[in-house]
Amino acid sequence: MGQIKVLPLWQDDTAGMDIAPDTSRATPAAAPPGDLAIWFFILAELLAFGVFFAAYAFGRAHNVELFNEMQKTLNREAGAVNTVLLITASWCVARAVEAVGRSRPATGARWLLAGIACGGGFLVVKGFEYADKFSAGINLSTNTFYMFYLSLTFFHFMHVILGLVILVALWVKTRQGAYGPADMNGIESGAAYWHMVDLVWIVLFPLVYVMR
Amino acid sequence: MNTRHLNTVWVVLMLATLATLGIGEFGARFGLTGPLAMAALLAICFVKGRLVALDFMGLRGVKFFWRSLLLGWLLLVSALIAIAYWIALK
Repeated sequence: MGQIKVLPLWQDDTAGMDIAPDTSRATPAAAPPGDLAIWFFILAELLAFGVFFAAYAFGRAHNVELFNEMQKTLNREAGAVNTVLLITASWCVARAVEAVGRSRPATGARWLLAGIACGGGFLVVKGFEYADKFSAGINLSTNTFYMFYLSLTFFHFMHVILGLVILVALWVKTRQGAYGPADMNGIESGAAYWHMVDLVWIVLFPLVYVMR
Repeated sequence: MNTRHLNTVWVVLMLATLATLGIGEFGARFGLTGPLAMAALLAICFVKGRLVALDFMGLRGVKFFWRSLLLGWLLLVSALIAIAYWIALK
């Protein structure tokens, strides 16, 4: 009759076995999730947006009254709704990655679809904002504030469109079962790009719509 | 990253967004204007950006180098905005 060997708590019962103890919590990963190339792309994008933000802030410093007056003509509630939509889209995408990592591609695809809906909602709200401004005869040459507002938000708008194209591609591939715990590279890379779009808006909203 | 943690992060981000809007809409009624409001908005912005970078982007369990790049960007942008605001006050 075999005897069960009871080990004291401090002794590793995997010693001498092929099972390695879980050290994932203790040792930080060397590289971020997804493809390394996407992270260089993200950093380049952040650098470009950073220069844009600084240009806006220093441009404001020389035209404080104009910027404060023009900021009142913006729809701050629409900006806040768009912040909620982008953050919620990011949360949906993070939940999608988590679900795919647990071998739940169908659940992951549903979360991605919810993220796409929120991102689409952002474009609709921003579209109404632009339509409102353009119908009032506002364009890039109206004044310095609107030159910055239109170019900065439109630059971001284009990134949201690209992000949505990536999310739709991820949704299609996730539905096909292309991703799983053993192959997370594609979905993690696309998700990281989308979160970058969200991160940039998190700075843009208070800077352009609220700070005065 | 477990689902509960992701949900908590989303709730915090929603509350922080509400706080940002609140400062813009009602800050003046409570004396939260000028540099004080500016500092509060930048602090909220940093907290939100940090949560997105660490928990949504998944950098919490990654080596400091990668986290420092994203958080460094946030700090640098916040500092430049604060300096520009300070120049505008003069």
